[in-house]
Amino acid sequence: MSETLSGADMLVRALQDEGVEYLFGYPGGAALHIYDAIFKQQKVEHILVRHEQAATHMADGYARATGKPGVVLVTSGPGATNAITGIATAYMDSTPLIVISGQVPTWQIGTDAFQETDMVGVSRPVVKHSFLVRDCAEIPRTIKTAFHIATTGRPGPVVIDVPKDTTDPAITAPYDYPESVSLRSYKPAKRGNGRQLRKAAKALIDAERPIIYSGGGVVQGDAGPALTRLAHRLGAPVTNTLMGLGAFPGDDEQFIGMLGMHGTYEANMAMHHADLIFAVGARFDDRVTNNPDKFCPDAKIIHVDVDPASISKIINADIPIVGDALSVLEELDPLVEAELGKQPERSEAAGKAWWRQICEWRDAYGLDHVMKPREDGIILPQQVIQSLYRATGGNAYVTSDVGQHQMFAAQYYKFPEGRRWINSGGLGTMGFGLPAAMGVQFAYPEATVACVTGEGSFMMNMQELSTCLQYGLPIKVICVNNQALGMVKQWQDMQYGGRHSQSTYSDSLPDFKTLAEAFGHVGFRIDHTGDLDAAMDEAFSAKLKDKVVLVDVWVDPDEHVYPMAIKGGSMRDMYLNKITTSQQGDYM
Amino acid sequence: MSRRVLAVLLENEPGALSRVVGLFAQRNYNIETLTVAPTEDATLSRVTLSTDGSDEKIEQITKHLNRLVEVVKVLDLHEAACVERELMFVKISAQGAERAEVKRTCDIFRGQIVDVTAAAYTVQLTGESGKLDAFLRALDRSAIIEVVRSGVSGISRGEKVLSA
Repeated sequence: MSETLSGADMLVRALQDEGVEYLFGYPGGAALHIYDAIFKQQKVEHILVRHEQAATHMADGYARATGKPGVVLVTSGPGATNAITGIATAYMDSTPLIVISGQVPTWQIGTDAFQETDMVGVSRPVVKHSFLVRDCAEIPRTIKTAFHIATTGRPGPVVIDVPKDTTDPAITAPYDYPESVSLRSYKPAKRGNGRQLRKAAKALIDAERPIIYSGGGVVQGDAGPALTRLAHRLGAPVTNTLMGLGAFPGDDEQFIGMLGMHGTYEANMAMHHADLIFAVGARFDDRVTNNPDKFCPDAKIIHVDVDPASISKIINADIPIVGDALSVLEELDPLVEAELGKQPERSEAAGKAWWRQICEWRDAYGLDHVMKPREDGIILPQQVIQSLYRATGGNAYVTSDVGQHQMFAAQYYKFPEGRRWINSGGLGTMGFGLPAAMGVQFAYPEATVACVTGEGSFMMNMQELSTCLQYGLPIKVICVNNQALGMVKQWQDMQYGGRHSQSTYSDSLPDFKTLAEAFGHVGFRIDHTGDLDAAMDEAFSAKLKDKVVLVDVWVDPDEHVYPMAIKGGSMRDMYLNKITTSQQGDYM
Repeated sequence: MSRRVLAVLLENEPGALSRVVGLFAQRNYNIETLTVAPTEDATLSRVTLSTDGSDEKIEQITKHLNRLVEVVKVLDLHEAACVERELMFVKISAQGAERAEVKRTCDIFRGQIVDVTAAAYTVQLTGESGKLDAFLRALDRSAIIEVVRSGVSGISRGEKVLSA
């Protein structure tokens, strides 16, 4: 005989049965029955945020750091719409999220009732799936199905819209939590096709100029070690996308940096000149390919992705493989080993020549060449990241916001493994960094968590400093302060004749040091290279281990991010600094 | 670019159709015609939609449709032989000498007159979309009062079946 519970109690019990640790949310009228059910239990801890957008980013950060789904609870109307940006962020970067939204009672739906929004309709283009609960008895199965869909295949956010009457404490139904669900219309592929795998193994061995291009799918699939093993077996260069950083260790000698719009010179050149591109869990995003018509003219393409719709969407794949990154890489490794055994005479010379070429590129225009430290003590944003990397020994979880600081962090922090670098790559959501860092810190209370942000992004969700105080989250906020919307300004410098339309506000910025103090935290302000390392060391010192520290670093406002892809060109077409492009030199 | 007809088997649930239609809008694909009704299995709906695009575009549409959780199966009916039909009603002004001419044209196209007034005929016509277009072209344009078309419905020839 199963227990009989109200919809609200069932909902909370189902979250317990899913092993949910944290529920990030904000109460309101339509969700109050659920909040009362939360009050009566201790297993699921509710985290009270200051804005619903931040709740979704926290859940997202938690999910990206752990691989477990992040769970959000908001009320109807504005609570639900405030969550949309966070849902869209998770959708674009394929993170598993469960967003439970209160809804007006069933009989009021469609009447333009107070705080009514068609949440299923509003969220439809940015969710993997959504549910509108029609009866309290549906709640256990709906929640089980939502978790199943969010976490399998290509992960993504799932919305459950819960009308208030379905959580009414006076209406009860039997509670039976299903152990598993099976949907006839949803069966994601896991294993790659055997014939395609054998073709891929042969192509990898036959290639003279191979490159491994791995993306967020390898991080999400926890396939980093499998990728690393295969890459070491092949001896091929590896480049990671913005979303894939860390999946292959950033300090490995086969790593040639990030690729794409702000990728390294050597990574973009190697892509362009490759004869084989092995793409795993990456989606040939426009920020990677530049002009698809000019993309990598000599390359044969192997494309592994769990989502069939990502394959041949932008660039046609010669060997498409639909499957989970981990499963495909694990099955491919012995095939590659066997192929290597069959061709012991396989030319080492070709591999050596390819690496020699890549090293030449790196020596000519690698990141060290791009950055020119200043003599006058003005800090460059790149130096902030280098200092952070040094102070944390490369072992921090680093979240970022969106803009120049994000690209500098991606370029200069070498991540040792996946899930260490957490940023909004697809949607590019400013305001993501701080709440995402908080989600990471909830997951790993003892870990060092740094949020690299800019003063523009930071001001989009800085109210969460209050939440940090409430829950004792010792985030270290590194604010790369260039007193402007740096990336917008860079584009205006490069494409709009230096007309800085609405991208500067230097006379109206708050004092971030006292701002941090007002929220009960510690703040520093640094504006000279001589003070940078000491401030960074202090921020990460044992003395301040339990404190939020906001390090406001004033940097050169005129620095640009380079390399930068030249619009409409191929991957080898880049601006290398303010005066040089790759097209001008004898670069090959 | 070619016109293609896709048959989609869908969970018969509230909101499922809006996801299909929303996908087309979201990905900037065109829907030319759309029909939907439950199948013999009441838990399933069958959508037939016609669209146009290159082979690559149709492949993308098919993949994205398959990605929707409530979509059970998708079939490009033009991949193999199929039967496709569309139903049309046309209200035609039919007075005086033209009245007999309208009736003759209707007979040639094997249309049925389903309603009659002193001034107009309402004609029902079934066939491939091209036949319906031809009928409309055969009429005096100014005589056409109202046109209602159902959109294409289709089924594979032979033993091939679209089922869950």
